[in-house]
Amino acid sequence: MINQSNKIINNNLKKLVNKTYEYGFSTNIEKDIIEKGLNEKTIKLISSKKKEPQFLLDFRLKAYKKWKLMNSPEWAYLKFPEIDFQNIVYYSAPKSKKKLKDLSEVDSELLKTFEKLGISLNEQKRLANVALDIVFDSVSIGTTFQQELAEYNVIFCSISEAIQEYPDMIEKYLGSVVPIGDNYFSALNSAVFTDGSFCYIPENVKCPIDLSTYFRINDQTSGQFERTLIIADKNSAVNYLEGCTAPQYDNNQLHAAIVELIALENATIKYSTVQNWYSGNKYGKGGIYNFVTKRGLCIGKNSQISWTQVETGSSITWKYPSCLLVGENSQGEFYSVALTNNYQQADTGTKMLHIGKLSKSRIISKGISAGNSKNSYRGLVQMTDKALNARNYSQCDSLLIGNCSNANTFPIISVQNSTTRIEHEASTSKIGEEQIFYFLQRGISLEKAIELMISGFCKEVFKKLPLEFAAEADKLLSLKLEGSVG
Amino acid sequence: MTENNLLLEIKNLKVAIENNMILNELNLKIQKGEIHAIMGPNGSGKSTFSKVVAGHPAYSILEGDILFKGNSIIELSPEERSHLGIFLAFQYPIEIPGVSNEDFLRLSYNAKQRFFSLPEVDPIQFLAIIMKKMELVKMSPQFLNRNVNEGFSGGEKKRNEILQMVLLDSDICILDETDSGLDIDALKIISNGINNFMTKDKGIILITHYQRLLDYINPTYVHVMQNGKIIKTGSAELAKELEEKGYQWLS
Repeated sequence: MINQSNKIINNNLKKLVNKTYEYGFSTNIEKDIIEKGLNEKTIKLISSKKKEPQFLLDFRLKAYKKWKLMNSPEWAYLKFPEIDFQNIVYYSAPKSKKKLKDLSEVDSELLKTFEKLGISLNEQKRLANVALDIVFDSVSIGTTFQQELAEYNVIFCSISEAIQEYPDMIEKYLGSVVPIGDNYFSALNSAVFTDGSFCYIPENVKCPIDLSTYFRINDQTSGQFERTLIIADKNSAVNYLEGCTAPQYDNNQLHAAIVELIALENATIKYSTVQNWYSGNKYGKGGIYNFVTKRGLCIGKNSQISWTQVETGSSITWKYPSCLLVGENSQGEFYSVALTNNYQQADTGTKMLHIGKLSKSRIISKGISAGNSKNSYRGLVQMTDKALNARNYSQCDSLLIGNCSNANTFPIISVQNSTTRIEHEASTSKIGEEQIFYFLQRGISLEKAIELMISGFCKEVFKKLPLEFAAEADKLLSLKLEGSVG
Repeated sequence: MTENNLLLEIKNLKVAIENNMILNELNLKIQKGEIHAIMGPNGSGKSTFSKVVAGHPAYSILEGDILFKGNSIIELSPEERSHLGIFLAFQYPIEIPGVSNEDFLRLSYNAKQRFFSLPEVDPIQFLAIIMKKMELVKMSPQFLNRNVNEGFSGGEKKRNEILQMVLLDSDICILDETDSGLDIDALKIISNGINNFMTKDKGIILITHYQRLLDYINPTYVHVMQNGKIIKTGSAELAKELEEKGYQWLS
């Protein structure tokens, strides 16, 4: 009978988790595409379409050479068929007849798409105080609030625009945090990236509004390889948000992005992500392969970088937002909620590399696994010999829903000096039948019960998110779990 | 007593879990205004009985019926039974990390309001409602900010159960060993709470091992349950006799 009641629970849980993906539609729009396949010609074509300076083409070709010599990483706790890189479109852009003067000239189909996603490009209708850069397949289609930001000398634009307008800065910083040969997917990205966001916050400026990028993969066979570069100069601060969705297709699509953050002396960067790529259907068919390299460099004294991520989508997530804590008294943070359901697989975590004296880091990771999914935390805390009196605190909690899901943690701690302090806490719990019955007996529905318990479990991470993101994340998690507990 | 006064009727109930028969031809009638005490040795089926009435999914009803105000409830979900007026104070109230008592209580209250198409209350209105109820069980307001039962002492957990009972104002309340693990003061507070709550329209079932609870709450009937059925029914005197002699002499 215990089995029977578990069955009831699981059936209800399934119902809860298997809510259909509401962003799964696609937009029919005329596109400018470079044919499938990856070779030097593709890369040269991308570079010439974007009228890039020579140094960038060299950068790409060098990355491509490195990539060809590398192998796809196999250490992650993930299982997926080999990716056919020749069967991917590396450049797909909505065709526009002329250069856009402002956002009102954006194709109406595109505007409709973003309205449907709940994103308005019309600045009057926009969420209060968030400037947005929108990347559709391979290119950025517009950035809002640019004029207002210019008053503060904040640069916020697509990376393509930055390559044209600020080539010196790009040459200096691109690849400075994630070197082109860092890993298989970063090498690939460095060779073929098509667009992304660029942001520079000048000295002594606290960016007056939050900046945001919204990524949308539309084309069925195109991969998205975007690149984000954020530089916070001395005594500056910025909040950055990132959101993403994709249509529902039966085939898997590749997303291999790089985000590089650089914080100079006394600068603070907060980077938040709500990742909701299409995760495949309930039998594990389709969905995005999300292989992302995110890394922040705290180069200056007292600099701070904080990563907050809510990972709910993608068929496969391979992602380790990390901090290189070089500056004295610099600080790195990683707050993560990763939810997997059905046949989703996530191998995610962080690296905190302590080099500066008195550097501090904090890791809070919450993994929720439902259905037949696999959810792993993988982390590295490394204290080098120079990182005197450095400190780290890590907490990794896993929550299991149902009997077929899987949670793992792979924490690695490496210490090369004796003055550091490291704390690590971990827990695994399960939403139990008796807890659910307690809610039901008090008249509270199953859906509400799960929502409450999940949001309680994730509270520490959610309170780090900007307000409108936090509400969305809460909603998103309960939608994702609809039908999965009972 | 007319049938209209019948709150809960257990008819020839047979219940099993994993092929073990736990309740075997159980019969019981509870009229409005009555307090029934159910005693009996460990493993006699008392807690199972309480969970079955509340609709716990782990048990299968093989035979018989449960009628609430004349209507069968065995096909109803646990939430519906709760809304209709069936309350179970758990023997071991479970901890729910991350969910505040205040949110939990308000959601519970509003779920019932919604069921009866009554207006739901906002957190501020609710605070006024819950503060009054908390006085009844002498709970301090700081319990509202704590997570449901998390880190509560045994006595605090039991008081929290009574608080929920008073808040939901259910018609039939089953209290599963609510007196276990309480010190004398807590026992008095809880007994007071129960006595003040009781009206001529309600019914209470007290599942207990100890006669001392019945020093504070006067039962209409005392039943002895053994092997899943009621083997003896008497007045409050029966409890005293059991206290002296144990259960051996009955079988």
